[in-house]
Amino acid sequence: MAKSIQMKNVDIYYGKFHAVQDVNLSVPPRAVTAFIGPSGCGKSTVLRTMNRMHEVIPGARVEGRVELDGEDIYRPAVDPVEVRRAVGMVFQRPNPFPTMSIRDNVVAGLKLQGVRNKSHLEEVTERSLRGANLWNEVKDRLGRPGGSLSGGQQQRLCIARAIAVQPEILLMDEPCSALDPISTLAIEELMGELKKDYTIVIVTHNMQQAARVSDQTGFFNLKAAGQPGRLIELDNTEKIFSNPTEKATEDYISGRFG
Amino acid sequence: MDEPESAKISMTRSSEAVPSPAGQPPKTNGAQSKDMRGRPRRRADAIFRMLVQGSGVVLLVIMAAIAVFLILQAIPALKADTTNFLTTLNWAPDSTPSSFGIAALAFGSLLTSLLALVMSVPVAVGVALAISHYAPRWLAGPLAYVVDLLAAVPSVVFGLWGLIYLVPSIIGPSKFLSTYFGFIPLFETNGTYGKSVFAASVVLAVMIIPIIAAISREIFVQTPRDHIEAAWAIGATKWEMVRTAILPYGRSGVVSATVLGFGRAIGETIAVALVLSANYEISLHILQPGGNTIAANIANRYGEAGGIGRGALIASGLVLFVITLIVNFGARAIVRRGEREGA
Repeated sequence: MAKSIQMKNVDIYYGKFHAVQDVNLSVPPRAVTAFIGPSGCGKSTVLRTMNRMHEVIPGARVEGRVELDGEDIYRPAVDPVEVRRAVGMVFQRPNPFPTMSIRDNVVAGLKLQGVRNKSHLEEVTERSLRGANLWNEVKDRLGRPGGSLSGGQQQRLCIARAIAVQPEILLMDEPCSALDPISTLAIEELMGELKKDYTIVIVTHNMQQAARVSDQTGFFNLKAAGQPGRLIELDNTEKIFSNPTEKATEDYISGRFG
Repeated sequence: MDEPESAKISMTRSSEAVPSPAGQPPKTNGAQSKDMRGRPRRRADAIFRMLVQGSGVVLLVIMAAIAVFLILQAIPALKADTTNFLTTLNWAPDSTPSSFGIAALAFGSLLTSLLALVMSVPVAVGVALAISHYAPRWLAGPLAYVVDLLAAVPSVVFGLWGLIYLVPSIIGPSKFLSTYFGFIPLFETNGTYGKSVFAASVVLAVMIIPIIAAISREIFVQTPRDHIEAAWAIGATKWEMVRTAILPYGRSGVVSATVLGFGRAIGETIAVALVLSANYEISLHILQPGGNTIAANIANRYGEAGGIGRGALIASGLVLFVITLIVNFGARAIVRRGEREGA
């Protein structure tokens, strides 16, 4: 479990639009890597190339190499479905399957993989919900629909669903932007625990959050509207927020942006 | 926007109990002439409200008038009927003594419509999914347009197609079914084929596929991206994504579409009248000629009917009305249950 990610000369396009230009980065295992930057700079797009989710949008394509522990996930022989089973993802808005029960939401991925053994599914349900710090709140109502939970609980349910299949990597696309501060705190604490087992990459608009939860931080920016986004700088979080190499990074984190 | 007012126009019986979306408590009657900022309510709002409420009331009055008319017309005929209206397998209202019953007709209506649904719903859902999530974009647009067009084709066209093309060409498949699956009562025959319940059902199925497909497609394309991405992200294949995200979301819409299709099938007169060779028997042997429906019977018999005959046909129309009402309520209950589970 917990693989590293390398991106080499990655360019991302939506049809003719050049969204992200020449990203080179390395994400270490069992650590939290945060992506920050202004809206539209391509940080979510980069995140989505790590589990081939961007392919869901027609016309999207990637050039360059994206490697998990040295293995290129864009080789023609690689099935994107297999990639997504190995790389879990949590989205901006909590998106449990609304008509499915809490239990079925957690094990949805396992069921897709053909696991039918009831006691095993029960075991995974409890382990994943405990892993997402949700077990104590929902253990008495696992049969209730996922949509009946509060927003923060739903997001933790989505995290439980993502870790139920024991992925190598966990991608989080602004996981707290739709949540209140208390739920945000719960998720941030959870990230600290999850990074013992998983490689975590998180996109966030909240710089304090990046500073709190991450071990290394990458700053994305774009020169002007319509221009491709670029990775300006990726370094230890402490360095990025205290003494960044690039002037653009310093301007952004100190609020002197634009 | 004047939120509490719009809640009133929606004509919910419990409109007083509906809290406004903005979270303010609903207004008491005394404050109704003022809007949220205390200004007098605008005249345009009042006029619009009257128009909308008026339309609603007019609709209800028309419905009630139709029901009263049908009942008044039907009563003399039902009194003249010397046999049991609900169980008699005969339709001779104008002979003396008058004898007619709804049993065979109602049975035929339900049987043809249900068979049509069994055949059409899977196909229609498939068509809808193909257009909404499988076809490439350059094909999906025109395809959706064609389906919408087909939904608007007059039923007599389907009836003529059934009579001229389907009835002769269905004999082969009917023979096959009765020869190899004749042990199933449904496919048993007396050795004749053609203008059968089966043929009528196929015509109805073809007729309602576009409607069900068009409505289902509308619902499927509205599936929130969140649900679809959630399915992709846990490693779903395309079909698994459809099963975990799109079908659960579209379920209530498909039920509604099915009810609409059922309504059109059971109310269909001319297409069925052209294809069926009418009789008044209850028979499950769907491959042999025979069978009848309430609607087709009205179309076939109204011209020749005398006073009692017309009343009898109107009575049969009332039964059709009641059947559709029951089906509608049943479907609504299904949809509501689905929504409660999803809440």
